[in-house]
Amino acid sequence: MIKQYETVFIATPVLSETQMKEAVAKYTKLITDNGGEVVYEEDWGLKQLAYPIQHKTSGFYYLIEFKADPQFVTTLETQYHRDERIIRFLTVALDKDSIAYAEHRRQVRAGKAAAPKAEAPAEEPAVEPENVEE
Amino acid sequence: MAAIENNEIRYLNPPTVEVRKKKYCRFKKAGIKYVDYKDPEFLKKFLNEQGKILPRRITGTSLKFQRKVAQAIKRARSLALLPYVTDLLK
Repeated sequence: MIKQYETVFIATPVLSETQMKEAVAKYTKLITDNGGEVVYEEDWGLKQLAYPIQHKTSGFYYLIEFKADPQFVTTLETQYHRDERIIRFLTVALDKDSIAYAEHRRQVRAGKAAAPKAEAPAEEPAVEPENVEE
Repeated sequence: MAAIENNEIRYLNPPTVEVRKKKYCRFKKAGIKYVDYKDPEFLKKFLNEQGKILPRRITGTSLKFQRKVAQAIKRARSLALLPYVTDLLK
């Protein structure tokens, strides 16, 4: 049986960018190696924590949506536990409403990223005067 | 005395009749089905200044969604998106 999940983890802020990419690659590989499928990934970047965790006030947030067997979640979480780079994680199973929400959120985010590029050529005459003013 | 003879009570200031707005569940009204724990700015609407979850009698949320809001807030707290305890959240 395959279910859809969503996992967010917080990595220590001491990691460099390449180390962070390694950590992400490790978990995406772990998902695909165990017969899962990564649906979506999102890097939230370095964020301030609302309260200190392990004497750290900030951390790298990373979101992965994936489809996998329910038994895989325990293996994923034991990997999180063993990994010293990960200071906090949360894995949530998605039901039909949350899958719909996640898809909507993805589209909105993609739209936000694509909109400036897509709109710029179409509305070039309208946009240009604004740019000049700025 | 004149007031009593006329069988009516006169007030110095006319009594103010409060017309309370009926509270409603914002999720039902907006057709939201899922409360996202990844959006702390939205969840802050359901917290007081100390970061406590506001009761339904204040927010007007229906029971079904109050449970979902509470769950989402607790998830956000564990991910350090929202504080467990604080002062002056807003």
